Amino acid sequence: MFSYEFMRNAFAAGTIIAIICGIMGVFVIARNMSFLTHTLSEIGFSGAAFGIFAGWAPLNGMLLFTVVSSVIVGQLSARSERREAATSAISALFIGLGILFLSLANKNASYATSILFGSVIGISAADVRQMLWLSLLVLIVIFVIYRFLKFDSFDHTGARVKGLWTNSLSITFLVLLALSVSVAAQIVGSLLIFILLTLPAATAKYFAHTVSGMMILAVALALIGVWLGLVLSYVTNYPVSFFIAAIEAVCYFAALGWQKLQTAE
Amino acid sequence: MTTTPILKLDNLGVTFPNHPVFKDLNLTINHGDFLSIVGKNGVGKTTLMRTILHQLRPTHGQVTYLPDPNHVKIGYVPQFRNIDADYPLTIEDFVGLNLTGWKWPWLSRTERQAVREILKETGLEAIAKRPIGQASGGERQKAYLAQALVEAPNLLILDESTASLDPVTKTDLLDLVQELNQCLDLTVLFVTHDIPMARKYSTEYLMLTPRGAEQGPIAGLTQNKVWEGENV
Repeated sequence: MFSYEFMRNAFAAGTIIAIICGIMGVFVIARNMSFLTHTLSEIGFSGAAFGIFAGWAPLNGMLLFTVVSSVIVGQLSARSERREAATSAISALFIGLGILFLSLANKNASYATSILFGSVIGISAADVRQMLWLSLLVLIVIFVIYRFLKFDSFDHTGARVKGLWTNSLSITFLVLLALSVSVAAQIVGSLLIFILLTLPAATAKYFAHTVSGMMILAVALALIGVWLGLVLSYVTNYPVSFFIAAIEAVCYFAALGWQKLQTAE
Repeated sequence: MTTTPILKLDNLGVTFPNHPVFKDLNLTINHGDFLSIVGKNGVGKTTLMRTILHQLRPTHGQVTYLPDPNHVKIGYVPQFRNIDADYPLTIEDFVGLNLTGWKWPWLSRTERQAVREILKETGLEAIAKRPIGQASGGERQKAYLAQALVEAPNLLILDESTASLDPVTKTDLLDLVQELNQCLDLTVLFVTHDIPMARKYSTEYLMLTPRGAEQGPIAGLTQNKVWEGENV
């Protein structure tokens, strides 16, 4: 399996994605942003389609669209009572735009499938390097703002009273999320990206007792899903995103069952 | 106890569209004061707290920290906080969230020591490793108080933070606050509907009513006076 360059690249990219998604996922769950993450992934699809239309690399189109829209989405979703409706409207608009750009680019359905569901074969060493740099940027920013982000994510009331710059923190986090979405879309595809950004962290929540413990467990679960998914995809020739989705969902449901048993005792 | 002012409200007023909440509020709060703020729902107690915390801009007048804002460190304890029952956050972690001064993601040895000391002081040492989501109402309030105190504030705001507690836990919590008030000269603003508790622990009161505010030594505050104020 590792004699093929594309598999080596896929494992390298998968490892980077799992680490970044595990860490970011903890804050996505704490800030109740699963739905927003799903929307950003759809915006990623639209951006990739725009990239193809404009003759760019799909990742660059994704970066442009997700980063710009994350700020807009964050502003529109500031009031919790209109968050879901605003997010749905933006999601609908961007899916429509994605379809339009694909149509304008005169590309066939396999392009759309590749963007939506990801592809193992298409990842080059240059892609891996770009993912690595983007991920390092995300990790460095998280490292610098960690205490503030943790306070705001797990105790928003306390952070506001403390006078932390919660609005700026929120926008910074959304931009980081947009970068993570663009990076992660390379393997699992834009449609299933939220799997890695939500399920490992949501599962880890039931077992960890500290935020750092939740992060380590979320990264481990994301790594298991990605590595196992790549191996199974290689062996069976079925899409990797299916296996990753199935593994992470099984882990999540197992965690829910475990939690129920604990509560019953 | 010193009589150095820590907080001054000058002709303070907040008006929401077509609805004046309060106006012309003048008040000087000194270091070591234990001031109860009472009044019926809707008279602006929370609005006043938000204005003091600079979360809300006053329509007129001003809030001044003395001698300057750098010398006033505020601890705030609300009645309720949105804490998920499944949060992977121990009581110890929760208290440590308020320590944002150091640059590294992890707490320094001094900071960990500060957390341990405040947990001991608030009687939470034995349950420091318990998830905050699984703590009882009283334990949570103590954790909120410990978080507010961990940075050694000189002004503590209790915003109806004892409202949902049973009498024993309430007394337990307020005994601790009173001890800090008397031993460390901690200034306390206690927003409450509980007049007997206000009389037991406070030195001064501020009563907000629809027609204005009334203030004075706590001995002057009676349940009848509050009822009269509410019926204005």
